[in-house]
Formats: sequence, structure tokens, C-alpha cells
Amino acid sequence: MPYDNQRAYDRLIFEVSSPGRIAFSLPAPDVPVEPALAALPEKYRRREPAQLPEVSELDVVRHYSRLSQMNYGVDTHFYPLGSCTMKYNPKINEDMARLGGFARLHPLAPEALAQGALGLMHELAAMLAEIAGMDAVSLQPAAGAQGELAGVLMIRAYHEARGEKRTKVLIPDSAHGTNPASTALAGYEVIEVKSDAEGRVDLGDLERHLGPDVAAFMITVPNTLGNFEPRVMEIAELCHDRGVQVYMDGANLNAILGLTRPGDLGFDVCHFNLHKTFTTPHGGGGPGAGPVGVKAHLEPFLPTPIVSKRDDVYTLDWKRPQSIGKLQAFWGNFGMHVRAYTYIRTMGADGLRAVSENAVLNANYVMKRLEGHYDIAAPGPCMHECVLSARRQKKQGVSAMDVAKRLLDLGFYAPSTYFPLIVEEALMIEPTETESKETLDAFCEAMIRIAKEAETDPQPIQQAPLTTPVRRLDQTRAAREPNLRWRPAAR
Amino acid sequence: MRYLPNTAQNQRAMLDTIGVAGIEDLLVRIPAKARLGRPLALPPALAEADLVRHLRGLAARNADADGHVCFLGAGAYDHYVPSPINHLILRGEFFTAYTPYQPEASQGTLRTIYEYQTMIAELTGMDVANASIYDGASSLAEAALMAHSINGRAEIALAGALNPLYRRVVETYVDGPGLKLREVPSPEGVLDLDAARRVVGAKTAALVVQSPNFYGCLEDVAAAAELAHAAGALLVVVSDPVNLGVLEAPGRQGADIVVGEGQGLGVPLGFGGPYLGVFAAKTEFVRRMPGRLVGATVDLDAARGFALTLQTREQHIRRAKATSNICTNVALCALMATIYLATLGKQGLVRAGELSTAKAHYAAERLAAVPGVSLRFTQPFFKEFTLRLPKSPERVAAKLARQHILAGLPLKTLDRKLGDCLLVAVTERRTKDEIDAFADALAKAVA
Repeated sequence: MPYDNQRAYDRLIFEVSSPGRIAFSLPAPDVPVEPALAALPEKYRRREPAQLPEVSELDVVRHYSRLSQMNYGVDTHFYPLGSCTMKYNPKINEDMARLGGFARLHPLAPEALAQGALGLMHELAAMLAEIAGMDAVSLQPAAGAQGELAGVLMIRAYHEARGEKRTKVLIPDSAHGTNPASTALAGYEVIEVKSDAEGRVDLGDLERHLGPDVAAFMITVPNTLGNFEPRVMEIAELCHDRGVQVYMDGANLNAILGLTRPGDLGFDVCHFNLHKTFTTPHGGGGPGAGPVGVKAHLEPFLPTPIVSKRDDVYTLDWKRPQSIGKLQAFWGNFGMHVRAYTYIRTMGADGLRAVSENAVLNANYVMKRLEGHYDIAAPGPCMHECVLSARRQKKQGVSAMDVAKRLLDLGFYAPSTYFPLIVEEALMIEPTETESKETLDAFCEAMIRIAKEAETDPQPIQQAPLTTPVRRLDQTRAAREPNLRWRPAAR
Repeated sequence: MRYLPNTAQNQRAMLDTIGVAGIEDLLVRIPAKARLGRPLALPPALAEADLVRHLRGLAARNADADGHVCFLGAGAYDHYVPSPINHLILRGEFFTAYTPYQPEASQGTLRTIYEYQTMIAELTGMDVANASIYDGASSLAEAALMAHSINGRAEIALAGALNPLYRRVVETYVDGPGLKLREVPSPEGVLDLDAARRVVGAKTAALVVQSPNFYGCLEDVAAAAELAHAAGALLVVVSDPVNLGVLEAPGRQGADIVVGEGQGLGVPLGFGGPYLGVFAAKTEFVRRMPGRLVGATVDLDAARGFALTLQTREQHIRRAKATSNICTNVALCALMATIYLATLGKQGLVRAGELSTAKAHYAAERLAAVPGVSLRFTQPFFKEFTLRLPKSPERVAAKLARQHILAGLPLKTLDRKLGDCLLVAVTERRTKDEIDAFADALAKAVA
């Protein structure tokens, strides 16, 4: 077998360890150590040392460099993971987030000595409010799901403040899983609303459910089939007529920057995913940031504290008696705020509009090129992403998962698969605006090749991937016999 | 626009393929009356060099822990951050990947999370750790919900010396499920065990104890565990993992769930986030745990491989019945912690802890020797302690800030009973000279 750089490495840091090696640099004590240790009661002191690795600095650097090479990322691969907006993460964002005045600032530094940071947060909140057509924004939520929780809790507080008891939240069956999960966490019963075959809200079903006990309707715009819900304003009006608040899941905001705004569409609340639309890195699964924007009637309920400005002085405003409270110990994922601020100031209004226009163009181009080879879940034009179905291929023994695995061998990360749940064998493709026509063409050719292989010779697809550090994994075994931590081989 | 590669010719060719005249033809489903008929009112775009100048200007208005000597703690600490961490996390293959849904092309991320889970389990003395929660406070909130889902009881007892910011986050999270929070007083700076026995009973899902607690004092976790278990409740311990080279693992003191803020493990202060929510538990509770879990398994060739596992707990599968709504967590911060713990290693974490506590004790002695200044509590502490000052802590802190010393946190806004107190943290980064200068400046400020 030929030497394979990635496959040749199968170590964990614990297996690199050798007793006595060190990689740290700590000063010799300049104060006495023994008296301090003696002051710690014996029962509070660790008896058995933690079994951490013993390695040199080069061991650390080489090990994690080698592990990184086992990943596909946006910097190395086209990453069309639908609903996740895997766009390029500008390098300047990283330089700015690492400026000492930001990265080395303690969250409890006196406000008078953190004016630059508070000012940046205030400005970012104002810019996001303008982008979404909202009246106020809290930057505190740590990710989209926490933004959803904050939004739904604010809706609850709003109804309660008006003396109304409403117990249900309506969510389309095409929604991201976080929507029902966040809503349930906020204490609501979740009622699923049907979508039609094209992913649009079934208005009849919605109306049937819109009773006096409904607190909110939560919907993703554009929807999870990548389409703009054309009746969204009627839906918002219908809800408002019944006293129901309308929440927009902002996961797909990348499609509409400068084109339309959630606030103008009639939404009362929406959250932003800074790690999707605003280029903060995805980091292998976070950190993200999930600011939440509201119309004026919900503003009193925003999380505490918010940054306010008076006479050019920024302060953290804690005196908010109707607030839903805190979501994180401090003020939000500030490092992500710096990156998003840098991005918005890089792009400006025209740049952001061009982002969405090109995101939409790229998705429609991919959909057009693939429509003869795969079933399209909903007819276009789509917005920033398109959903295909591999149901035709499935009949030839090739599933959406098989297509995804084969793409890995052809040099691309995979689309989201099996989501939205209402599409059989779904392949959800979000190219983003930062990919070139050449890349999209190469990807489409790979997809077309797979469709042809499915007809003539499905074997390489079913065997795939063969070029990755591991082949398909035994997921059943992983779940049945959970092995969640390394232990040394029996001595 | 440097992030947008489509040229006018590219756009034309793509539109021709699609079969439309212009991009506007692709936007027809957006209701005309909701189209934004004007440019967004945003500040003008800036070229890179101008933008850098602007942001440097903002950064310069902040008193960071390089220009100032930092004795602030209260949940965020100025610990040593080894240089390789930043270099390695910036590798694009880590940095620009997402949740490892395709494990074959994500083994790097999966392996680092598996290492992280192992290190956290080892440090905390627990069986399993998850891939991370947002921060220490939200980890605690998730632990409270998990305890409720394990035993069905509806009250959470919180030790009085719990970080008050954490308490506020727990309040937010338990509002939906309608859990009741009860506080156990800590008049002497640690949990009053007699009072705890009165509060913790048949309705208590969990007792929550933080050690070292918000005031810096060490709690008797083993006694708290015994008390909680006697009432059939779980013990949730809030712990700072960077201390656990020296301090006993909560798992060995009877904790059922251990949570904490992992910021000290190589994550920048960053004005409060992103940080690292540590979450570990006993094996028997693993199917009730929130968040991602990575497990080892084998591939088709029987080679070792790693994948997300036990996903039926999670929102993308279980939806409204998931154990938590968390999706995106803080994988990159967990990677920082993994590299930190690999770098510090078996010896370094102990050494860092010993230095922190040695310097904290030296500082406590020097500062409490200033006339009029005293230690508020007599309990054993680790790297943080509460001082009582003869003058307004706000004014004293402001005075010292002018000498580029961030003296600590005046407690008035977070705890009215301690309005005359200052919370001081001392990490291994502080030097004897800095501590001596702090003591001299404090003496002048309170004179």
C-alpha cells in the first residue's frame, strides 16, 4: 500500500507521551510555596495526580498539526454544508480579535476603562438592528440556539406582562431541530405545522392551529428548502391578528442582506448567527454568537445587561426590571463581536447586498446545473441554498449518504444530508458567495459524475470514501458500547 | 470586493445558464412591498489599513491585562497562555471546519474532542465529559436541568457563595421548566451545613456548590455530597479545572455532575467570551447529558476511528424532547484547552497551581497587613480572596487603576452585604514585585 500521509498517523496525545517530558514554561517561584500549600487542608488537596500527557513542545505542535490534516475545512475544501453558511473567514478578522485591547481585556474591567470594547458592542448592535430592521439588539446569546431561547423567553415575558396565558408555539415541520428544542426549554408546548411539498407553510394547517393559546409562530426565512416564503407578510399579519408573536430563525439571513429585512417583513423577533452570515469562524463546532433583535414592544425584555450610550459614554445597563435575565456569565461572545464588526465595516452596505446577490446567484447556478441529474426538492428560483433529493439514485442503491461519502473522495466536503426532514434523501447545498464559478463547476461535475456512476457502476460510491483517514465508521458500535475517553492499555 | 470572486463576466455566464436576465429575476419571491428600496444605513466600508487603524483606536481605549497589572478574577482569570495554542488553532483545517457531521473528513476535530473529553474526565475525576457548553454559567444551568430530568424533583438548592452571575443564568434557564431555586446561606464564606440540611430535602433535585467559591473560599465538597445524597439529591460541583492540578478532583469527593468555566485553560480573557463551559458526569447519567459526545469506534477496515455518538439525545434528532437545545458549542475553545493541557501536562498543571496559590497567599498576607485592611473570611482559599477595606472599594479601585493596577472587583453591585469588600485574584502570572507594588499603592489609597 502506498504511503498515505494522513492514514499513517493514528496517535492520540496520550500515546505520544513519555514520562519526564515537558512543554511548558513557568517561572521559578519568587515567593514561598510551602506555606501556601501547608495552608490548604489535606482533604482539599489532590491525592492522585491527573494523568495528563508528558510531551515536548514540538510533540504538541506536530501532533495537532497532523490531526488538523485529517480535517476538511473551508480554507482547504469547498464546504457546501447547507444551512451552515460555510463562507470564507477573513484573516483580518482574526488579527483584529487578537489586538491586546480586546483579547486581553478582563470582562470586569471598570467600564470607564473599557470604552472601546463597549463602544464596539454598541455600534455592532446598532448595525445589526439596521440590517434586520429591528429596534433593539442584544449581543449576549452565545449561539443561535441560545438566541432562540432568549427570543422565545422574551415572547413569554411579553404575553405574561399583558396578563395573557398562552401555552403553545407553532413551528413548521421543516424547521431546524433547535427551534422545537429551544421552545420546549422555554416552557412551551410545540405544535408542528405542516409544509406543502415545496416547503411552504400550509396556510390551512396554520390557521387551524392559531388559537388563543398560541404564543408565537417560529419560521425560518428563507425556509429550509432554500426558498423565500412568498406569503410571509400575510402569515405575519394573520398571526398578529390573533395576538401571536412572529419569530424569524435568522440562520438563513445570508440570503437577504440589503434586499429585505425581517422587521419589514413583519417579524417581532429574529436572531443572527454571526458564525454564518457575518464570517466568524465555525471552529469545528463553535464558538458562534447568536445576537437577538426585537421590535420596540419587546425591548424591555432583552437580556441583562445591555450596552447603553449617554453623552458619548458607554455603560452596561443592569436596571431592566422586565428583562428575561442573563444567558451567559458575562456580556456575550465578544471575540465574535469584534470579528463581525470588522466584517461589516469591511463590506459596507453595498458589499453586504452584493454578498446576498452572489449567494443567491451561486445557489441557483448549482441548482440549474444539477437539475437534470437529481430531483429538485422545490422548484426555483431558490435563494442562498438549494435542496436536492437523491430519491432517483436511491432506486439504484445509492443513498444521499452515499453521495456525500463519494464527494469526500472527489475532494469536496458534503452537503447537509437528510435535512430538512420533509425531503426524502435530502442533499442541502449552500455554496455561499465566496466561492468562484470554477469551484462551483468542479463541484457540479463531481455531482454529475456521481449521478452517472449511480446508474452504471454504483460500487465506488457504496465503497466511498477511500481517500480519507478512515473509511465508514461503525456508528452502531459507537452508540452501543460508548467509549468516550481514552484509557491506558492494561498494564 | 476581495471576498467575492464572481466577476461581471462570471455573473453573466451564470445568469445565462440559469436562463434569466439578471439577479433581480431570482429575487421575485420577496414581496415587493418588503424590498428595501434604499441602501442599508451603515457606516462606509473601510479599506484594510484604515479599518486596522480604526480598530486599534478602539482597542487602545481599553485597560487590558498587558498595560495593566490584573488582579481581577470572579470567573475570568489572567492565566499563562502558551504560545503554540494560537498557532495551532489558527490552522484553517481546524478553524474553518464545522461540527463533524462527516466523520471520515473530520477525524482531526473528532480526535481533539475525544482527547478533550478524556482530559476533563481525568481532571474532574468523573467518568465522562461532553464536547463543551457555552460557558461555566450556562453549563451550570444545563446541569440543573439535567438533575431535574434524572430524578424528576423540582427544586435546586444553590450554595450562597455561588458566583451571583451564574445564579442569574440558572434563573433564566429554569424559568421555562418551572424549577424552584432555593438558596442556602453562607454567612462565614462557605456553605452552612446546618442550614443546608434544612433546605435540601425530598423535593431537591440537586445541591449546587462551587469550590473555590465566589469569595475564593474552599468548600467542603465531600460533606456537601454526603448531605445531598442523604436526601436523595444529586451534588453538582462548580469547579475551575485549571486549579485541579493541586485541588482534589470533585469526582473523588462525591460529585455527580461537575461543571465549570474552562477559560483558565488557555482561552483569552476576551472581555468575557467566548469561553469554555466544562461539563462532566457519572456514566450512569450519560444519556441525560446535554451537548455533543465523541466516541471511539472502528471503520470498515477495523481501523480506529472517532465519531459523534449518542446523538439521539440531541435536538437535531429528538427535537422538542432533546436533553438540551444546544447545537453549536465552543469546539475551538475546547481545542485551546486540549492544547493547553497537553502543553502544561502532568507536571505543569501542578506547578501552575502551586505558583497561583503561593502568590495568592503571599498577596493576601501583604494586603491584609495594610492598616485597616483585612481578610473578610477566615476559610482556606486557593487563588482568590475577599478583602475588607476601610474606604469605598470603588474609589480605591479607581485610584489604583490610575496607577495601572486592576485591584480587583468591588463586590457592592453583586453582593450588597459585602459593600465594603474587594475580591482579589492572583494567578501564576503575577510577580512578587507586582504584588508588592499593589500593597504599597493600596496602603496609600486607604491611608
